[in-house]
Amino acid sequence: MTTTIIGVLAAFAVLVLTVELLRRRALREKYAVIWLVVSLVAVVFTVFPGLLLRVSQRLGFQIPANFVFAIAALVLLVVGMQLSLEVGRLEDRSQRLAEEVGLLRHDIEQLRREHAGSAPTDPAEPPDSLGDGGAGADDGGDAGGSASG
Amino acid sequence: MSGEQRSGARDALDSALVKQGHGGRALVVVPAWNEAEALPAVLVELSAKIPGVDVLVVDDGSTDGTADLVRRSGTASVVSLPFNVGVGGAMRAGFLYAERNGYRAVVQCDADGQHDPADIARLLAELDAGLDVVIGARFAGVGNYQVGGFRRIAMRFLASSLSRITGTRLTDVTSGFRASSARAVAVFAREYPPEYLGDTIESLVVARRAGLSIGQLPVELRERQGGTPSQSSFKSVIYLGRAVLVLGLAVLHSGAGKDDA
Repeated sequence: MTTTIIGVLAAFAVLVLTVELLRRRALREKYAVIWLVVSLVAVVFTVFPGLLLRVSQRLGFQIPANFVFAIAALVLLVVGMQLSLEVGRLEDRSQRLAEEVGLLRHDIEQLRREHAGSAPTDPAEPPDSLGDGGAGADDGGDAGGSASG
Repeated sequence: MSGEQRSGARDALDSALVKQGHGGRALVVVPAWNEAEALPAVLVELSAKIPGVDVLVVDDGSTDGTADLVRRSGTASVVSLPFNVGVGGAMRAGFLYAERNGYRAVVQCDADGQHDPADIARLLAELDAGLDVVIGARFAGVGNYQVGGFRRIAMRFLASSLSRITGTRLTDVTSGFRASSARAVAVFAREYPPEYLGDTIESLVVARRAGLSIGQLPVELRERQGGTPSQSSFKSVIYLGRAVLVLGLAVLHSGAGKDDA
């Protein structure tokens, strides 16, 4: 009897937690669906243990626990897959964003230099800057210095 | 269905080519991750040996001031990535840069001084002769580049597999010294594989799938001027395993599903 009570409480706790996280918008709906289903099914089976027994026997499981374990493994597999997929997608996006950030930063630096009126330091114009740059690199002289000179 | 997509992409490619023409300049892209030691000499040599070509260093999240060093040198532009994304991601940024700025070709060149800038003109000449992707190959009879046992087997295997896939004889598919035409740049800016080994192995499969012509040019490899080579026998085994996996996935990859915005 005690185990039944613990089971019911645990199932309810998961359900309440899922709903609460959804309400606070901490959990996205696309991940919440599976946890809502899992906790609802858990509540039903813990409140009506006889139902679990009948379903598992109907499906050919000798012990109801085996049925529960099989279902649990399957659910975790699906969840793990979904998360791997999402992480991969996020990785790809963050990488593309990193590339864009780098390119934008380059453009901003270039615009700033042009705006500052020291346009000749633009490295995209190699014919003039080649000589300066080679000499400037040795003594660590900065681009601004060679431009003013 | 993916065939339609591909021909659409091909049209976009051709129109991009017409728009840019062949009057543009070539861009040398140098992916650099903590290469402050070797990079200055490479930059000086690049500007000395190939004056007519622009240089872009893609600083791949370096923590040793690589980007500042390039800015001070004044001979190259620098795109600084906020964190390390690997050679593939760095090169994709380089291809994007080249495409948006209308360059006619991109040459990838390592930051450790192993690639002789004098060969860049020869690579570009191969592009002018009609190839879209030219690999500077280390095992093609020139120079005395040697690698040990297992790694060599791995590289041989990859070379023969990719030769079969691309329909051209390739002897060194893991070379990071390669030139891409404007058409290749347009393809790579969109889908240069950012994963491990994607920049060497998978990129050739991508190129082949996009209908680009691929070839190689024998080059001599020099001693690296800084940094440490990444070769040990255990790592070589891991390397082969991952390379085979990457190659297998690249071949299986449908080419669709790249619609991530």
